Amino acid sequence: MRRDNLWLSCLALPAGAFFAAFFLLPLARLFLVGGGVIAYASILTDRTYVSSLIVTLALAAATTGATLIISGIAGVFLQRNAFLGRDALIAMLTLPLAFPGVVVGFLVIVLAGRQGLIGDVTVALTGERVVFAYSMAGLFMGYVYFSIPRTILTVMATAEKLDPRLEEAARSLGAAPWQVLRDCIIPGLKPALLSAGAICFATAMGAFGTAFTLATRINVLAMVIYTEFTLQANIALAAALSFVLGAVTWAVLAAARTAAGGTVAAAG
Amino acid sequence: VRRKGVLFFAQLAFTLLVSAFLIVPVILSMLAGLTVNYLVGIGSGLTLRWVAEVWGGYRDTIFRSILIALACLACTLLLGVPAAYVLARCRAALARVLEELLVMPVAVPGLATALALILTYGAYGGFRTSFLFILVGHVLFTLPFMVRSVLAVMLAIDLRTLEEGAASLGANFHQRLWHVVLPNCRAGVLAGSLMVVTLSVGEFNMTWLLHTPLTKTLPVGLGDAYASLRLEIASAYTLLFFVLIVPLLLAMQRLARPRAPAGRQGE
Repeated sequence: MRRDNLWLSCLALPAGAFFAAFFLLPLARLFLVGGGVIAYASILTDRTYVSSLIVTLALAAATTGATLIISGIAGVFLQRNAFLGRDALIAMLTLPLAFPGVVVGFLVIVLAGRQGLIGDVTVALTGERVVFAYSMAGLFMGYVYFSIPRTILTVMATAEKLDPRLEEAARSLGAAPWQVLRDCIIPGLKPALLSAGAICFATAMGAFGTAFTLATRINVLAMVIYTEFTLQANIALAAALSFVLGAVTWAVLAAARTAAGGTVAAAG
Repeated sequence: VRRKGVLFFAQLAFTLLVSAFLIVPVILSMLAGLTVNYLVGIGSGLTLRWVAEVWGGYRDTIFRSILIALACLACTLLLGVPAAYVLARCRAALARVLEELLVMPVAVPGLATALALILTYGAYGGFRTSFLFILVGHVLFTLPFMVRSVLAVMLAIDLRTLEEGAASLGANFHQRLWHVVLPNCRAGVLAGSLMVVTLSVGEFNMTWLLHTPLTKTLPVGLGDAYASLRLEIASAYTLLFFVLIVPLLLAMQRLARPRAPAGRQGE
C-alpha cells in the first residue's frame, strides 16, 4: 500500500483539472474583470451598493434566526416524542428539501399573492385583502420556506444524541422548563444550530430564484447583480459585486466552521 | 404531568402549523394547475387542458433537464468517487485544503459562478450555445455533494483495515479499489447520486444565466412561465416539475431514514 501514491494522484487528477479549469480560473477572471482593488473600494463607498449589501445581510440574518427557532422547536419535538403520524409529519417537513428558489417563489405567490390563500382568508375575516408576496415579507417567507427542511434534519440528527439524563438532573434540581432549555438543550444543540445556521445564511445571501419569481423592486444583492449584468450590461460592476457576495458568504461559512469545530462541512 | 401535556400539545400544534406552511402551497399549486379557472375556484371544474398545453409547448425543457441531470450524474461519478477515495486515503494537510476548496462552489452563489464561467468561456460560441455549458455549471455545483456523501461512508467503514487485509492477501491497487472499496461504499454512492440528480433537475440560479434560447431547462422554463403566463399554466408546469422531482425526494427520504437494527450498514 506504500506505492499507491502514484495511482492516487492519477485518481485525483480528473476532478482537480475540472475544478481548476471551470472554477478557480473563472473566479480569478471574475476578480480581474471586477477591476482590482480600487473598483472594490468604490463599491464599498457607493451608497446604493452598500445599502443593498446591508439589506441582503439583514434579510439573511433574519431568515437564519427565524429558521433556527422554528426548526429547533419542531425538530426537538419530533425527535423526542413518539405519536401516531410522526413519520408522515417528518416526511412533509423535509419534502421541500431540494425545491428550487423559483418554485418556492411561486409557492409564496400561491400563499400570499394577489389570488393567494392568505388574501382569501383575510377577506373572509376582515373584509380586507392582505397581499405581501411581492414585498420584503414575501421574500423572507420564501427564504424561511426553503431553509426549514434542511435545518430540521440537522437539528433532529443532533437532538438524537442529546443525553436526556442531563435534563432530568436539571429538572430534579428544580430547574424551570425555560432554564432546562437555556442550560441543557440549546448548548447541546449549539454545533448543529451553528452549522445549519451558516448554511441557511449562505443560501439566503446568494438566493436569486425566489427574488426573481416575486419580481419585486427589493434590491437584494443577487437582484442588483442580475440587473447590472443583463439590463445595464455593466459586466465589470456585476463581476465585482458577485465577487464581494461570494467572498462575504464564504467568509461567514468559514467563520461558522471554525466556531463549530469542523462540523459545518458535514451539514451541507 | 398535566403541565407536560400542555407543552406537548403546544409543540404538536406548532409543528403541525409548520408542516401546513410547507405543504399547503404545494397542494394549492397542484390544484391550480388542474382547475378550469382558479379565480372562480375549484368549483369551475377540473381539467387537464393546462397540463396538455404545457406538455405541448415545453416538453423539450423537461427532456433536456433529464438529459442534463443524467449526464451530470455520470460526470460526478467519474470525477467525484475517485476524488473521495483520494481524500479518504490522504488525511494530510493538503487533502484538507482540497476538501475545503471543493466545497467552495456550494458557498459561492451560483450567480457569481455563472458570471465567472461566462466571462471565461462565453466567447467559445459552440461551447456557449450547447447544453455542455449548463452541464459544466451543474457538475461544479453538485460535485461537492457526491464527494461528501461518498467520503462520509468511506470514513465510517474503516477502509484502512479492509484494505490492509486485502493487501496482505496480495491484492493490488486495482483489485482493492474495485472489489473492496467500491462495493463497500455503495450506500454513499447511491445517496450522492440521488442528491446530484435532484439538485441538477432543480438548478436555477446558475442555469438562468448559462442558458440560451435553445438550451432552456425545466426550472428556466418555470421562471419564464411565472413571469409571463397565467396562473393556471404556471401551476400546471409546476405540477409536471413536482411529478419529476417528488419521487426523487421521497427516495432520498427513504434512504436517509436510519435503519432500526444497528450494525447492518453497507448491505
